[in-house]
Amino acid sequence: MTESAFTYEARGQALVIHLPGELDHHNCRNLRYETDLLLAENYITRLVFDFSKTVFMDSSGIGILLNRYKQMEGSGGKVAIYGAGPRILRVLNIGGIGKLVPCYDSKEAAIEGGGRQMIPGGKLWEQR
Amino acid sequence: MGTEMRRENQCEGEKKKEIMRMELESLSENEEFARVAVAMFMSRMDPTMEEIDDVKTAVSEAVTNAVIHGYQGESGIIYIQVTIEGRLLSVEVEDRGVGIGDVKKAMEPMYTTDTTGERSGMGFSFMEAFMDQVQVKSAPGKGTCVMMKKRIGR
Repeated sequence: MTESAFTYEARGQALVIHLPGELDHHNCRNLRYETDLLLAENYITRLVFDFSKTVFMDSSGIGILLNRYKQMEGSGGKVAIYGAGPRILRVLNIGGIGKLVPCYDSKEAAIEGGGRQMIPGGKLWEQR
Repeated sequence: MGTEMRRENQCEGEKKKEIMRMELESLSENEEFARVAVAMFMSRMDPTMEEIDDVKTAVSEAVTNAVIHGYQGESGIIYIQVTIEGRLLSVEVEDRGVGIGDVKKAMEPMYTTDTTGERSGMGFSFMEAFMDQVQVKSAPGKGTCVMMKKRIGR
């Protein structure tokens, strides 16, 4: 069994998933099994993805985010992202994730939710 | 695994043509190796960080397709050829796997044969988004060749 590329952190009803430096098909292989296990054993209403260490991502990353988004939608939960640099934001937007999943500038903001979000280019904007 | 580099001096136009060839086992570990090797080779074109990242993403998509779809997770060899001609970068990623019956359909955004739900079906869309030109040649039972081109430093 290969070592997991991900580390997980429980924060109340939020599960923070710290993503690896390179988010590709190879590194994404274990994510589904691991998150399914954690979601089954804990009451989680919010999944938070930490991109702060991620410098590379391809459509494999879009696939796992979309699938987690659908999974959480089904159970009335939410998904959020924080720590994404300009490159990752660009890939997220080309993959259509930008419209579905809010991006925040810090872990606390992502766990809390709310209107203070990132937009492509890294600027902050207040929603409503 | 083997790599080979060749420098050709074309008679006409004196345009220097450089070729790098790689043969890799069809293993998911090699997705990262392939994109990093291509990035290293293209660095002599003095590309921007964004151009390097674009090419790395496209190469990653093509190699991942070969591993997952071409060879269906079974063993096989992935052939990569990178050509530099002036400002033009060409990357070919080829497998001798199962091939694609309907290339047009396979290239449609969000189309995937994957049943786990983990694949976005955006591989070809990403290659098209990050490169200037993407061409796919494929025949069922024979394999697939993805040819991508990008002009560096415009």
